[in-house]
Amino acid sequence: MDIKFNADVIVVGAGPSGVAAALSVARVGKKVILVERAQYPGSKNMYGGAVYTTALKEVFGEDFDKFKYERVINTHTWSFLNETGSFEMTYKNNEATCAYAIKRFQLESQMIEIVKKHGVYYIPNTLVKNLIQENGSVVGIQTEQEKYYAPITILADGVNSLLAKELNLRNDYQTKDMILSVKEAIKLDKKTIEERFNLKDDLSNGVNKQYFGSDFGKLKQYKNLFMMTFLYTFKDTLMLGVGVNLADLSRNKLNINEILDEVKLHPDIAPLVKNGQTIEYSAHLIPEGGYKKIPKLTSNGVIIAGDAAGFVNGVHFEGTNFALISGKLAGESALVALENNDYSQNTLSIYMKKLEKSFILKDLYSYRNVIENLYSRSDSLSKYYPKKIKELFEIITCANCVSKSKQIREYFFSYFKDRKITELFKDIFAASKCALDVFFGK
Amino acid sequence: MENQENKKSIQDKLATIKYNCDSKSHLVVDQKKCAKCKEKTCTQICPAKVYELDENLNEIVVQYENCLECGACRIACPKNAISWEYPSSGCGVVFKNN
Repeated sequence: MDIKFNADVIVVGAGPSGVAAALSVARVGKKVILVERAQYPGSKNMYGGAVYTTALKEVFGEDFDKFKYERVINTHTWSFLNETGSFEMTYKNNEATCAYAIKRFQLESQMIEIVKKHGVYYIPNTLVKNLIQENGSVVGIQTEQEKYYAPITILADGVNSLLAKELNLRNDYQTKDMILSVKEAIKLDKKTIEERFNLKDDLSNGVNKQYFGSDFGKLKQYKNLFMMTFLYTFKDTLMLGVGVNLADLSRNKLNINEILDEVKLHPDIAPLVKNGQTIEYSAHLIPEGGYKKIPKLTSNGVIIAGDAAGFVNGVHFEGTNFALISGKLAGESALVALENNDYSQNTLSIYMKKLEKSFILKDLYSYRNVIENLYSRSDSLSKYYPKKIKELFEIITCANCVSKSKQIREYFFSYFKDRKITELFKDIFAASKCALDVFFGK
Repeated sequence: MENQENKKSIQDKLATIKYNCDSKSHLVVDQKKCAKCKEKTCTQICPAKVYELDENLNEIVVQYENCLECGACRIACPKNAISWEYPSSGCGVVFKNN
């Protein structure tokens, strides 16, 4: 049959990667349809709390200045939690503007407004049920209401990407490849947040706190529980959440909300959220399979970008930048195919080359074993070392009237006596492997 | 007991969320597979406690109205018994503050 195309490109999903893809196609005057299942922009999306501005600038160019944010995130803390307190490191650059805290409703609304001005045809409130295929090529989408045809479809339909699955571009994920994350938006007044976190009152600085360790409260009893806790300061809201591997949750028969509630009771976190009112609870999956679990990224007439492709660097909390840039590259690859009038997998595979040149596949490659290595040592990271850090600082800070040399010697030898010595070597091996992988990465 | 506490906590949190309720469930479980499932992982893993075991009927009750659309149940289900789709256009959870 002769297909009558409605557009040059269809993009499924109006999150960061879909919007970026649509924009890069529309910029050169090609016709692009952006379909989103949610009624309101961003209302199906969830993240920890920061969008990275380098990527936002690269995608939106001169429109970047239009973005309104709640706070600039330029203070970072890394904290190791123990039963009675924590060890915390802070890095603060008052002039940095690398990350903005923006609520997703605001972020997606602003992005969509911009791309509409550039000619993107935005269709919200529309669920794509299937892809339409003809002669082994994707030629359009079947929504609940109607059909749209285009020679190229870009799948930016998020972590669950049912459409990529439908095309058999990826296998089903396993629990160990997924982090489940939940968070609460906790309302406090602006001034209280600024006092508690030592922030200026002009929204030009804000904090991202990352917490490690699960050796406190009720969580002490669970083995192999590697969790990351995060907190972001917004204008008059705090975002407090946790991310835990699905396999760890299943094995420990734990519900992630129990973990979040326990975190809120920790003596170093409770005062930060005190008297706050939870105004929203949300949940999301984060793909952490990394390089080894990347799906087939192109097929005839189709390209995958963003979370749908598993583009996340969980170690550094990077996701929005991967989404934005992969979306942009997907759009640019579609343009190459349009120019050549050839929408085959062969032509679209230029996407792979573009990704290889960018930080996306380089970082995913360099970190390909890191998450796995961290998980293999999860009790060391979450229980043992937070405890050892505590012991060390007790020696340094407690003035307990015992010879320092004696204590330091005992402390040093305790690393060989606390556990089986092989545990220590396994930790050193895993840490070295992570470090070498990244150092000699791409 | 602890489970009851968590259930209450989740109920309170779900009350903060706006939903556009779909008329039919986007989550369908295969009760035959569930009956044979020992783990009943769905009842424990879901951050919104959508799945509950009705012990009298030995069936899984699905409160799809509370679903946060994360997808955890689909991946964690050991029997592959959950048919997981998105709610119809515009339906389901509406995050406004996250």
